[in-house]
Order: sequence, then C-alpha cells, then structure tokens
Amino acid sequence: MTGTSEYTSSTSEGAQELGPRSSGSVKELRRERGAVLRGYSSSAEEIPAALETVTHYKAALPGEASSSGSTTPPESFDEGLEGETMIINMGPQHPSTHGVLRLMMELDGETILRTKPVIGYLHTGMEKTGEELMYVQGSTNVTRMDYLSPLNNELVFSLCTEELLGVELPARAVWIRMLMSELNRVSSHLMWMATNGMDLGSTSMMIYGFREREMVLGFFEKTTGLRMNHNYIRPGGVAADLPDGWEEDVELICDNVLRRTEEYDDLLTGQPIFRERTEGVGVITAEEALGLSVTGPILRSTGIPWDLRKTMPYLAYDQVEFDVLVGTYGDNFDRYAIRLNEIRESIRIIRQVIEKMPPGDYRVQDRKVTPPPRARIDESMEALIHHFKMFTEGFRVPEGEAYVAIESPRGELGCYIVSDGSAKPYRMHIRGPSFVNLQAVPVMLAGGLVADAVATTSSVDPVMGEVDR
Amino acid sequence: MAMDMTGGAETSADTESNASAETTERGSLDAVLHGLRDIPQLPAHRRQPVVLFPQRERYFDVVSALDDAGCEMLADLCVVDYLLHPHGNLPERIVPERFEVVANLLFLGLGARFRVRVQVPESDPTIDSIYDIYPGSEAMEREAFDMFGIVFNGHPDMTRILMPDDWEGHPLRKDYGVGRVPVQFREAPGPR
Repeated sequence: MTGTSEYTSSTSEGAQELGPRSSGSVKELRRERGAVLRGYSSSAEEIPAALETVTHYKAALPGEASSSGSTTPPESFDEGLEGETMIINMGPQHPSTHGVLRLMMELDGETILRTKPVIGYLHTGMEKTGEELMYVQGSTNVTRMDYLSPLNNELVFSLCTEELLGVELPARAVWIRMLMSELNRVSSHLMWMATNGMDLGSTSMMIYGFREREMVLGFFEKTTGLRMNHNYIRPGGVAADLPDGWEEDVELICDNVLRRTEEYDDLLTGQPIFRERTEGVGVITAEEALGLSVTGPILRSTGIPWDLRKTMPYLAYDQVEFDVLVGTYGDNFDRYAIRLNEIRESIRIIRQVIEKMPPGDYRVQDRKVTPPPRARIDESMEALIHHFKMFTEGFRVPEGEAYVAIESPRGELGCYIVSDGSAKPYRMHIRGPSFVNLQAVPVMLAGGLVADAVATTSSVDPVMGEVDR
Repeated sequence: MAMDMTGGAETSADTESNASAETTERGSLDAVLHGLRDIPQLPAHRRQPVVLFPQRERYFDVVSALDDAGCEMLADLCVVDYLLHPHGNLPERIVPERFEVVANLLFLGLGARFRVRVQVPESDPTIDSIYDIYPGSEAMEREAFDMFGIVFNGHPDMTRILMPDDWEGHPLRKDYGVGRVPVQFREAPGPR
C-alpha cells in the first residue's frame, strides 16, 4: 500500500484549506452529507431520500451522473454557482474566534454554503510533553489545555492515574474535588456568557460576566494560590485543604451569582434583540450531533439528556441532587439557556457540598503516592528521603491502560493513559470536547447568514488551548 | 458481570484454537453483543469498558456491527506507538505490532463504553476509516494521521490538522525526538 512519505511530501502550503468547489467529487460530498444525516436509528434505505434534499449542494461533475445512480441531474442554478461563490477567511485573528480559530467559508451572497475550521495555530505538543513529565508533574501540564476550566483537566488526569494505581480516595478529597469542579463550571459558563454577550453586541454582559467570574477566581486564588492553572487536583487527592471559613466564601459566591443570573434574565433572556439573533440560528439536530460525536451543552440543546455526571456518575455526583437541562430546537438560544441554567444547577450542587462536606484527609494516606507531611520532614530522616524521592523519581504506576471521562463545561473530557510501569505515562491522550465539538460548526453554519457565523461559533464555546493542545 | 464478559470476549478465541480467526472473532463479538442487555442491570461503577481486539481487516466490520447494535457515538479515537514498550496484556491470538489504533465507543442508551483496539504494522501503516459509520471520526482520524502517520483509507480529507502542512515527520511517534527543532519560526535567530 501507499506509504506515509507519499502523503507528507505531496502536501504543500494550503492543503488544509477549503478546496475549490470542483476539487471533490459529488460522491464524496453525498457521502459526507449522507453520513451526517444517517442518524443512529435510520437504516441505509433512508439515506438516498435524505440526499435528494441536498443535491443542490453541489453541481455534478461530468461522468459522475452515472455513478450517482437515481439522483436528479444538477439544476442550471447550481451549474451557474461555480463562478458566483466566494471563499473568505474568518480569523485566525478575528476577535470573535476566542483565540486563533480560522474559519474558511464559501459564500453565495450572504449565505454560507460550506465551512471548514482550520486549526493548529496554538498547537504546543502537550501530549508529547505529557510523556516526558512524571505523573506528579502531569497535572501542571494538562491544566494549561482548557484554560477556562483548568480544574476539570487536572481532575480527569488524576482520576485516570488513580484508576491505574487502584487507590481509593478519602471522602473529603472527593467532595473537595466536586466543589472545585462545580465552581469551575460556574466560572467557565460565566466567561462564556460574557464573551457570547460581547459577540452579540451586549458589552454590558461582558463586563458583568467577567465581574462575577472574578469572585470565583478570587476563591480559587485563596485556596490554590493561583487564579488559573492551579495544579490543585493531583493524583492521590488535592494539594491542600480548603482554607478556614471557606463555607462563608462559597456561600457568598452562590448568593451573588444566583442573584446576578436573575439580572442576566432581564438583560438578555427576555430581550427581543437578543432573541431575534439567537432563536432558530445555528440549528443542529440530535442525529447530526450524535453522528459528529458532539457532547456537552450542544448535545443537550438537541434534547438528548446526556450528562456524564448523571448518566455515568464519577466522584460523588450520585449523592447530590441536580437536574440535567435539555433544549428542544438545538439552536443558539437553547445553548444559551442551558448554560445559564447550568450555573444555577451547579450552585445547587455546591450548596449540597457545603452541607455534606465530610471531615478527614484531603489526600490518600498511601506512602507510595503521597509525600509525607511537612512537619514530619523536620523530625525524621526517612521522611526527608521519602519526600526527596517522591519529587525526583515520582511514583511508579502499574502497567496497563485506562480511559476516564468527565463532564467538563464543554462536554466529555476524556483521558487515555497507557502506562509501561514507570513513573511517566507511556502515552497520554486527552479527548478535548472543544476539538470534537468544532466539527459541528460547518453543520450549524450551512445555509445560514454570514452575520450569524460569529454568534454560532461563540455558542459552540471552543477553547483553542484545548482544541490544539 | 461486565468483567466476566470482557474476559469472555478476549479469551473465548483461545479455547477454540482450531477455528479460523474469522469465526472466533465473530463468535466473541456475538458474545459481546449478546451480553449487551445485561449491562443496564449493573451498578454504574461496575460497568467496566468492554475491550475488543479485532484483526485489522475486520476492524470496519466490528465497528459496523457495534453501530448496528445501537452504539450511538464514537467518543474518542487515538493511536499508541508501542515501539519502546512491548504490549503486556494482549490476548494470545493477537500479534503485537508497533501501532495500535484505539477507538472508544459510547452506548448512550446503555451507559456503556466499548474499546476497540487494532494492531497496525509499521511496514504498512494503513487502516480503514470509520468515517462512513461515525462522521465524528473526521477530526480524530486526521489528528492520528498528523501525529502518527497512520493513513485511514476512505477518509475524505486525509491532511494534517494540527501541524503545518510542510512539517516533516509525525511528532507523537516514539522515535521522534522532543528537542529536535529548537525554533519553529524560520526567520528567528537560533539560540546563541
């Protein structure tokens, strides 16, 4: 068969870009659309019927008509389309792309025909770096991927390492993790509310969103020492216990944010301009979302109640009460409403965590994984040696592989680690929800107006640090 | 129960040593699909992922069979390069190769995960694309090609996704050094 060298040498600058209309065959395009439209329950016989509706999508090339069988010949309008369309770039430095996302769009007037996200501008090889770092250092690496929910990244890495280690965490560590994870969900969704408001022209929403997020980050700083990239959740537990008086701090955040979400309702939810710009825009169906592996608020906006916290519980999510929010239409407004209400559900969880927080250790008392307490180092030579070995050699993780997934604010955040029995992961793969969810952008944008592209891209909530890793 | 089922899927082939690879693979897959209805009765924390080891030629059919059985979503697809660390836990029948393609599938209805692990030799790093079954594999397979040089036959757009188009080599391969390219911007002066 063909080797890889052929593929790499034939690529040149621009190969990743959106090709001209004539570069792909009709069969290819039909397959693409058909596969998306296939759905999880439809049978093969239904596909040709679905394809009939998209035949106008591309003019048939000479010689393709016979192979495509019963499909109708191209209409004259489509043949005339070739010269009329225009391919434009949005990004990679466009402010609405939340980083360095480049969208290549083919336009017919103001209507978007095709879109291709071009990514990789922020690629820093974090999976390769992860193979060079020990498990004790690993969480400093993964926390930088999704910089808006760093604690969730640390959490999935730690859970995966612990699954390989086979250690059981003390209850307090589990509940602290849950508290921090939910607070992070609140701050991440607030940040999304802010940027989404900005993208739709509501500058005040941006100021408000950042203001509330700052309160959560203030608590993170008090607990972990840093506002972002905390390295707080580590394999074996968390780095430190919660600070004294944390209940009051968190309660204050809950009260404030909850009251402010009422204000967001007044500002955006009921506002006619906001609704006009979001309702019925960027629609994706449940079949398309499932076929494209889309998870998180986008999948839930199509009406599928899939939330890993509920459906495949991890930590202690089966011991708290909360609702999974679903939409009906799968449009931008549904995704806005889901995120706004998920802030409220997260606060509901946080309040239960405050009530039920168990006493005890905040990290596992397993000498193999946990360094000795600081006080012991002053009085015991062995503890000093142990501490030194822990941070120079790390701990060894038994051979094997594990895939663990959690519900990050953006969807299923997965971590696949292969261990060869040493102190470093042999392979660490992160399944970034933003990376996969970006595949939904072309489907959401197709047939829409170019003016809505900004709003729709924003509603996917991509974090480019995680997309490119 | 799920644990037992996993064991069955891996070991049933070893017991029928005189059967061909095709039938044993089919048999273990049937056993897995047959056991699907037991999964919802299990408590969530006991639902271990079911691991399947199809031959490379059978990979598309196995994923297709899982799709027909109602598996809604491809959660993840990645590649592992076993150049420096030989496999430890493969079933006896499976010949270890350098690359392994790992597809994680998700049954939403059952709340169960499936992991399909396929060996891909270094001399012929190609495998069928499952794009026709799960279009969500588009970006994941492109990433696998970009990082490991595995070519997915039938993928509509087999180009690099994260690295620049003119990049040489595949960075996540184990024989690709970490510090080989000191500065990635050609115009910038090097260190010293």
